[in-house]
Parts: sequence; structure tokens; C-alpha cells
Amino acid sequence: MRFATRLVLAAGLIALAGAAPAADAPKLTVYTYSSFVAEWGPGPKVTPVFEQQCGCKVEWVAFGDGAGLLSKLKLEGDKSPADVVLGLDTSLTAEAAATGLIAPHGVDTGAVKLPIAWDDKNFVPFDYGYFAFMWDSEKLKTPPKSLADLAAGGDEPKILLEDPRTSTPGLGLMLWLKSVYGEKAADTWKGIAPKILTVSKSWDEAYGLFTKGEAPLVLSYTTSQAYHVMEEKTERYKALVFPEGNYMQVEVAGMLKTSQHPDLARQFLQFLVSKDFQMVIPTTNWMLPVTDGATPPEFAMAAPQPKKALLLPADEVAQHRAAWIKEWLQAVGQ
Amino acid sequence: MTLPRLGLITAALIAAAVVADYAVLLSGASAADLHDLATDTYLRRVVGFTFLQATLSATIAIAAAVPTTRALARQSAFPGRNLILQFCALPMVMPAVAAIFGIVAVYGRSGYVAELSGVFGSEWRPSIYGLTGILIAHVFFNLPLAIRLLLPAWSTVPGETWRLTAQLGMSSGQIFRLIELPLLRQYVPAALAFIFTLCFLSFAVVLTLGGGPRATTLEVAIYQALRLDVDLAQGGALAVLQTLACLVLVAIAWMTSRRLDFGRGTRLNTARFDGLSFGARLRDFITIVLAMGFVALPLAALVFDGLRGLFFTRQNLWSLLDAVAVTLTLGLPAGLLATVLAYPIAVAADRLRASNAATILIGIAGLAGIIASPMAIGAGITLALTGRIDLYAIAPAGVVAMNALLTLPFAVGVLRPAVARNHAQYDRLCAGLGIAGRDRFRVVEWPMLRPAIGLAFGLTTAASMGDLAAIALFGNQNLTNLTLLLYNQIAAYRMQTASGTALVLLALCLLSFVVIERAVGGRSRSLGLS
Repeated sequence: MRFATRLVLAAGLIALAGAAPAADAPKLTVYTYSSFVAEWGPGPKVTPVFEQQCGCKVEWVAFGDGAGLLSKLKLEGDKSPADVVLGLDTSLTAEAAATGLIAPHGVDTGAVKLPIAWDDKNFVPFDYGYFAFMWDSEKLKTPPKSLADLAAGGDEPKILLEDPRTSTPGLGLMLWLKSVYGEKAADTWKGIAPKILTVSKSWDEAYGLFTKGEAPLVLSYTTSQAYHVMEEKTERYKALVFPEGNYMQVEVAGMLKTSQHPDLARQFLQFLVSKDFQMVIPTTNWMLPVTDGATPPEFAMAAPQPKKALLLPADEVAQHRAAWIKEWLQAVGQ
Repeated sequence: MTLPRLGLITAALIAAAVVADYAVLLSGASAADLHDLATDTYLRRVVGFTFLQATLSATIAIAAAVPTTRALARQSAFPGRNLILQFCALPMVMPAVAAIFGIVAVYGRSGYVAELSGVFGSEWRPSIYGLTGILIAHVFFNLPLAIRLLLPAWSTVPGETWRLTAQLGMSSGQIFRLIELPLLRQYVPAALAFIFTLCFLSFAVVLTLGGGPRATTLEVAIYQALRLDVDLAQGGALAVLQTLACLVLVAIAWMTSRRLDFGRGTRLNTARFDGLSFGARLRDFITIVLAMGFVALPLAALVFDGLRGLFFTRQNLWSLLDAVAVTLTLGLPAGLLATVLAYPIAVAADRLRASNAATILIGIAGLAGIIASPMAIGAGITLALTGRIDLYAIAPAGVVAMNALLTLPFAVGVLRPAVARNHAQYDRLCAGLGIAGRDRFRVVEWPMLRPAIGLAFGLTTAASMGDLAAIALFGNQNLTNLTLLLYNQIAAYRMQTASGTALVLLALCLLSFVVIERAVGGRSRSLGLS
């Protein structure tokens, strides 16, 4: 059993290494979602830049997705070791603020140029995107022209969706229909229901099935098209822009009241809206930067510009989300 | 301290940890909350569907596993038999998303089956989204596991018995009715309950292949409560409901299972005689090929995709190697720990049979990892330990410990019958010769239990290597195992690279399993479980 002993020792050493104190530089703990700090995410590119600016060490802690972050914050409460949380989106900000754990950021967001006015005192936006249906042009000749078209007639073409109970794009589509159709959203859902091939747990499964050719339409982002054009050099997959408008997702960061390093945290939030950070966003997170002049021309060409930007107020979302999910469940046939 | 007592204490600690975890979540709940839940029609439908799909999945998996295992047991010289048995560990390591892609690549709307139908000019396309897809996925995951859980049953039959069947001229059917059926009555209920609980907690597979929110399991509701609504009372109550439902089923399984003792044999290694005719061999061959083909096709699709994907991996070799190292350094100790914890529990389970309370406690602890909701456990740990322990600093140790607990049921499930059999066979001899304690373990238990220990260690390591729940809970950025790497790659649109990663994960799992079974289980096949 010697090799087993060695393994235990190895594991012990790793545990010790993990527990060893970092260098003397102050440490800023940032909670985020895992793909943000993965190899191709913005994390590895922006971390050294900020660490040099602040003379500090950034410690990323990554959990699942935006909803995972919110639940982590709520569970940890005022004992959270986090200084900053990065990666919540506008469908969750009201609830995050309501926890009373977020401190006003005090950051100058003058450089932020979003299609909507930004006056949230708690959160700093660091990127945004538009939900859109991606269309596989080799599997379907004519794509739907509008949301109304999507909800009209028969059970073809098949669509891949995400579940609003478990995924932020899923929640996004639910809010999209709500912002366009209001009280009548359920009727539109009933029109879409027969076309739904499946409603997956997260974007990962839905998009994977889409690229495997299971269905010609999937709920994703307009910027998905930019990825296929720039990285895979293919025009096969296109984002559909609808006349009713496309729903926005604004990703934000905020600092915690309990932070031990409030000045560093603020400096980090300010860094998010700087050119150094914004330039990295488009081709790493495949989202749109929130300041002007950070989008590479090729990227701007490859991601279609929506005709109208839709976004419901965060507090309205927080107030009605549970009821709207119930309505959705009934409409698509629970 | 005696071994059974150690086992009982371990079991008590595990059971207490789960109960405490739920208590933390439920501390804010009121009676009104619980009443609301009990009368919620949505929830009733969810519970109903969860039961339906888990019952069907487990029944089909076992129904397919019985003839396959019988064929494998009968044809001990079947070509590639050992390889087939080792392949049975693969679905355990597989991340849900990879399994979904593999299944869809074969049975999906543009999968191989659809293409084949197109070649013959047919317009027919398989439509798996719905209950069909869920069942396909669950049988894919659990048929191999069921085979590994049931196969040891056959090795409990002494060689003399098979000789006797030949002397008495018993037909295959008579052997099945008189020997194998009673044998299965002992093993099937536990395996059925085990797989039922695994399917009961299934989540991503059920949603994605289920075709829509009609296919909602209780774990989805728990996920929504804890993650989106962060309603701890509701999440906790649902988790308790889920655990109780699984426990009730497990209890039924225990009550219906019958103990069977063939008595002592001389451990003669005698092949059975009813499987030698051409007809029997042909039947067994077809059974094995059909069952294994069902599991192997999605695997083959993943391997095929993965080989193409590896081409894209070249640029990301370092992150891949890093993830391989993390997967091994976390997976192997977790498997080892689970096996080490399971042994005293298995001994206690047999020794303390007379005491009902002890039996129940051990039963709960032995299954805690699969009857407790991982979401609820994670939330409870966060809630209880934040501010007391720096969770991110102890991440590696935490991930190992949590995986050991989550996979403990596999180890207990494998070790328990083997330990019981050994006790029945050698207790009196050992008592007579005065062999006890460490000597007994070295001379009697270890040589006989090696195959079971090897299998337990192999299965728990495989399951730990596919972990996502624990590693996502501790969130340390420097800890990326292959499963997390795969999800990160998909999130970054790198589907091709991700399929390469899935292939590496499968290869690593198979390799670890083979090495562990050889090194720990020993080469001897005559004693064995295989």
C-alpha cells in the first residue's frame, strides 16, 4: 500500500500549499463565475494588469454561474470573506442589493455607454450582451423573422431553450417575452411550446446540442455569431435580430460592506470600466464592452446590432420573478 | 477499539453530519411553510414524476443487467470479458453533459441512427426528447453499475454446487429457478434501491433529455429553491422530503431481500456446465453484445469526437495536463478514503445485525452520499462553516472529504456482501484457531476481500474523478479538474476541445480503474468478483 501512503502525503502537501499564507501584498478576494477565470476567460488577462496597478494580489474564487454567486452571498451573509462579487446580472441585482450586503460603489461610471441609462449606486456594469436566437443556416432555409413569427404555426422548426429555473439565459428569454407581451406573454409561450425540442439545465447543454445539429435554433447571444466568425471562420451560425427588440443582459460587479479592503475593492471596480479591462472583454467573454472604443472592428461587424434594446427594471423582476416562472411552467406545459 | 464499534461511530458521525446539515437549512422554517409545500400541486406532480422516472429507469437497468450478468458469469472465458467489466466503470466518471452529447450523437435527431435511417431512404428520425431520452440516459449510466453490483452474487456459489447441477442433469432453466433466482432475491433489491436513488437525484440529464419542464425532478426544485430563490427553508424541506423518499424505498428493499447461504465450499474453481452448449453460448454472446453495444455506442461516439477534439487540444496542453494532475490527486485519495471508511462500516453492518437501531444508522450512513441532495449539503456546509473555517484555503482537503462521503455508498455497497460472506465462512474457524485482530485481517480477510476492496476503491475513485459538486462548492481557482475544465471549455464555445477533454477523462478513468483493480484486487480471478 506504499503508493497509497504516498498519495495521501501528496494530497496533504497540496492542502498545506493551499493553506500557506500569500505574499505580504494585501489580498483582494473576488467571487465570480467559473468561465470568467478559465483559460480563455478575461481573468488570466486582466489579473496581472490590475495586480501591477494596485500592488496587491487578486484571489479569484469561482462558482457556477450568476445565480450561484447570489446564493453564495446570501448563504455566507456578513461573514463572507469576499471583497468583490463579479458576474451578477440585471435580473438578480435587486435581490443582491436587498440583502444589504452590498456597499455603494462610489465609482465614476461616466465612461459607461450603455443603450440604457445607468444609475445603479450599488453595482458597476462591466459588460453586456443581447439575448438572441442563433440560427443554423445549413439546417434551416428561412429563419423566423420575429418573435411573433417564432410563436406562429406548427411544431417546426425546433428550438433549444434553457430553463429559467436553472439558467440565466433561460430567465432572460422569459423576461424578454414579458417585456414585449406583458400580460399576454403566456399566449406567446403557448405558441412557442410545440416547437421546443428541449429545455436544458444550462446554456452549455443547449448550445452543445445546437452545434451537434439537433435543432436549427437555440437561445444564446448576438455575440455568439462573433465567436463563430472570428475563431472558427464560419458564417454558418447567425444571430437573429427581431423587430420587437432583443432583451439585454448587463453583467455587473459590486463590493461588499464587510470587505477588509474597501479602497482596493473600489479601485478594482474602477478598473472594470477602464480601457485596460474593457479591451479584453469582447474576445474573451464574448460579450460587449460597456465603454466606447473597446470593441475590435471585426467583432462589431460580426455581432449584429439589435433594433431595440429591452430591459425590465431590476426591482420589477425581483418582485414578479416567482409568479412569472409559475406562469411559464403552465404555458409550456408542466 | 473494535472494528464494528469504529464502523458504528463512523456511521453515526456521517448520519449526524447529514442531519445537522439539514437542520441548519431548516432552522428558519415554520410549520406554515411546510404545510404550503405539502399542498402545492406543482410539487406533487414533481414528486410523482421523479418517482415514475426513477422507478422505470432502475427497473429497466436491472432487468437488462440480470441476463447480461448471468451471461457474463456463465461465460468466464468470453473474449474480452475483463475489458468489458473494466469498461463498466466508465459511465460513472462521465460528466452529465458529455453523456448527453454521446447519447444524442447516437440516438439524436441527427445522430447515427437517424443517418442510418436516411441511408435506407427513410424519413423516420428517432425522437428521444421526453421519457425515452431520460430512460436511455439512465440505463446507459446504470446498466454497467448494475452488472458490477450483481456479478459478485454468482461468485458466492461454491464450485461444488455447479458440479452437483451437472450430476443431477439440471437444465439451464432449472438452474435459474433453483439457484440463481434465490441468489438474485438476495442481491437485486439492494442494487435496485441503489440505482433508484441515483436516478431519483438525477437532474441535468432529466431536464435536458426530458424535453421540457414536464420532466422536472425534485432536485430541480431544490436547485431552484436554494440557488435562484435562496429560500433555505423550502430548499431544506424539499431535501428532507427527497431523502425520506429514498430511505423509504431502501427500507423496502432491505425488507424484501432474503439472506441466502450456500455454506462453505473448498473454493474449487469449477466452470459451470450449462453454458457450454453451442445454443447457450450463442444466446449469451448475443445478450452481452446487445447490452454492451447499447452502452458502448455513445462511448464510441465520444471517443470518435474526442480524437478529433484532441487535435484542437494542442494549444491547451498545459491546462489539460494540470487538470489531469488535479483529477488524480483529488480522485485517488477520495477513493482511498471512501474505501477505508467503508470497511469498518461494512464489518459493523454484519456484526451488529441483531440491533435494529445500529442497522438503520449504518444503512443511512452507508447511503448518505446518494440519498442526500448535493445542493442541500453544499448549502448547509456554506451556511454552517463560513466565518469559522476558510473554506477556500482548505479546498483540496474539503473536496477529497466531500467526494469520499458522496462515493461512500458505492464502497459500502460492494464491501458489505463480501464482508458478510467472509464472516459466515470463517468466523468459526478463526474463533477455533484464535485468529483475531490484525492477524485475522492479514491472513483471512485481506486475501479473500482483495477483489472486493479493489472494486470498491476503483469505483469510488472513478466516481470521485468525475466530481463537479464538491469542486464547484469550494471554488478555489487553482483547482480545476477535468470535469470542470470540460464545462469551462464548453462555456467558452470550445466544443471540440471539450470533446478531447472528455476523452482524456474517460481514458484516465479506465486506466486508474484497471491499475487499482490489478494492484489492490490482485490478479487471481478464481476468488474473485469478476
